[in-house]
Amino acid sequence: MLNKKVLIIGGGIAGMEAARQLLLLGREPVIVEQAARLGGHVAGWHKLFPDMMPASELIDRLTGSIEGATVYLKTRVAYMNRLKDGYSIMLSNGTGLQVRAVLIASGFRLFEASKKEEYGYGVYDHVITNSDLEAWFNGAEDKRVPDRLQTVAFVHCVGSRDLKAGNPQCSKVCCMTAIKQAIEMKEKFPQAEIWCFYMDLRLFGKKYEDFYINAQKDYGVHFVRGRVSEVSEDLEGRVVLKAEDTLAGNPVKLSADLLVLMSGMLCDTGTGTLAKMIHTEVDSDGFLRSRDNIYRINESRRPGVFFAGACTGTKTVPETIAEARAAALGIHNYLNGND
Amino acid sequence: MIYEGKQKIWADYQKEIPDDKWYYVRSCIRQNFFPASERMFTEIAGLLGKDVHETPHHTTCGGIAYHCDTIPQETVMTIVARQFALMTEAGYENYAASCITSFGNYAEILETWREYPELEAKIRENLWKACRREFNKPKYLAHASDLVYRWRGEIAARAKHLLVDHKTGEPLRIVEHIGCHYSKMFPSKGIGGAEYPYVLCGLIESWGGQVVDYPERRHCCGYGFRQYHIQANRGYSVSNTHKKFESMEPYHPDAIITNCPGCPYFLDRWQYVIAEQTGKTYGRDGFGIPVFTYEELAGLVLGYDPWDLGLQLHQVAVEPFLDKIGVEYDPKAKYLGLNKEDILRPGLPTVLKCF
Repeated sequence: MLNKKVLIIGGGIAGMEAARQLLLLGREPVIVEQAARLGGHVAGWHKLFPDMMPASELIDRLTGSIEGATVYLKTRVAYMNRLKDGYSIMLSNGTGLQVRAVLIASGFRLFEASKKEEYGYGVYDHVITNSDLEAWFNGAEDKRVPDRLQTVAFVHCVGSRDLKAGNPQCSKVCCMTAIKQAIEMKEKFPQAEIWCFYMDLRLFGKKYEDFYINAQKDYGVHFVRGRVSEVSEDLEGRVVLKAEDTLAGNPVKLSADLLVLMSGMLCDTGTGTLAKMIHTEVDSDGFLRSRDNIYRINESRRPGVFFAGACTGTKTVPETIAEARAAALGIHNYLNGND
Repeated sequence: MIYEGKQKIWADYQKEIPDDKWYYVRSCIRQNFFPASERMFTEIAGLLGKDVHETPHHTTCGGIAYHCDTIPQETVMTIVARQFALMTEAGYENYAASCITSFGNYAEILETWREYPELEAKIRENLWKACRREFNKPKYLAHASDLVYRWRGEIAARAKHLLVDHKTGEPLRIVEHIGCHYSKMFPSKGIGGAEYPYVLCGLIESWGGQVVDYPERRHCCGYGFRQYHIQANRGYSVSNTHKKFESMEPYHPDAIITNCPGCPYFLDRWQYVIAEQTGKTYGRDGFGIPVFTYEELAGLVLGYDPWDLGLQLHQVAVEPFLDKIGVEYDPKAKYLGLNKEDILRPGLPTVLKCF
């Protein structure tokens, strides 16, 4: 029995894909998800770069493939104790479990954009985050997005690579997300001028560079290398940005109808508590510490405890999926005594 | 604008300000620019029954030289150490600075000493060698506008005039301008933080006015130390002030309130220069926008005579503002000195309307 069940903490795409693979490998995955639905952040996203695949398509596909798994929504791990050869777990819904393997796929949280006070999130009428914009793309009503848009500005690296904000790490996906969202806005508002303010463009993945070039050539998105220093609001309620164009060597001032802040990725707040519970370590970047960062990134230093996805660091969707598959195979081998 | 969003930030940046028992140090330049302001601060403290002590033995804090890059930092620290010694000798623990740059200077030095205790030890040694003095660091450090903020409710309770149009009852639109060294270096040291400081907003709201937020609110007044002190840079100084006035103009502010020595001076005087250079004025009917220190505005609210507050030394005429809030004043007394003798009238500008 201990060899069949696998506890998966987190029902985002990492947890779902791992559950799918474990089912295929003959295991009995149990997903514990604190939210009211599966899919994590991706379930709230509109399209995924670089193919512009609808996020719902991925979530539907994963949901359909884990029907054999046990899923507890709005549930947390209350206690987790080490046994001689496994773990005893009590869930917040009163369910008790005993398993030999646990997969942590607790994901990330977005940086609270209001902490970058100079950008005016929560203060000015037309300042939103990348996450807010995805919700709006998916049909959510948001009065901060005006009906008519002439100018839209994106600020990259909000709470990423920012020592003062307490997060020196690159969030990895924001550059591409900003470009994707800029293209989507241009498709919705063809007349609009779109401006992206960036520090560096980190476009490392397959098709990413093409995506960026297309954004300029086909959609006319403007890219300005320079950090926005402050944001204010004019008499008409438009957002006024001040920045420096470090390539041209000029200060830049721009009035926009909408400002989108690319909030960075931080480790989920509950991960630290979870780490204490299972006596595993949190790394210097706030994410969970893998056994190493080259060969065994899916493994913790605790026997039977595995990781997948953004709980160990910022990840793209394809990286997360690949890690989930690797973790599932790792768990399968561990339970078979082949690790 | 989402007011609740600002309130949330304001709540994050509140600091403890003891109500009483402060050692007060004046600015080295404010009395030349706005001669009654610091006098008014001590007057208000007395009126409210607060113990605010000062001594003629204190000196400049060295802040202007520090920010003009003409003095070693250790010298500035030793000057500041002497100021703290005077506070200690007077039996006080709470230190209030009239000047924003001094406040920033003190905050920076205390933070530096916290970070590098060996430097503090060296400065203590310097002070002892120089003048055989010792000091305790202040238990609380405040800018004098923090204290007026602390007392704003008591001032409102005694108000003779509010910041409202006394004919219509409409709140007056007031621009608040915070000195750069108040909280831009250490956001946690200022009430309301660095991006949306509340210290002067709190005064305006408590006294019935409406705060104007405009795109260039955070921009420098134009003083900027070397921008002005180096004569060749003065065009840059006035261009910064011009930028602010162009930005606030569409909001039709009735007045500006400041908490820095340089800001009211440059926002006031450069209006004359801008008017002469461009032919443009920013108030109604050819007048400028009057600029007040927080003590002057508190004095008006409490019903002090505007000429006792030194408002005749302003470049921009204050009379339209006095008329709006219903202050009675004698126009003939504007240029009478303390002994009621005529102190002569200044020459009038060609563009900016003045009395």
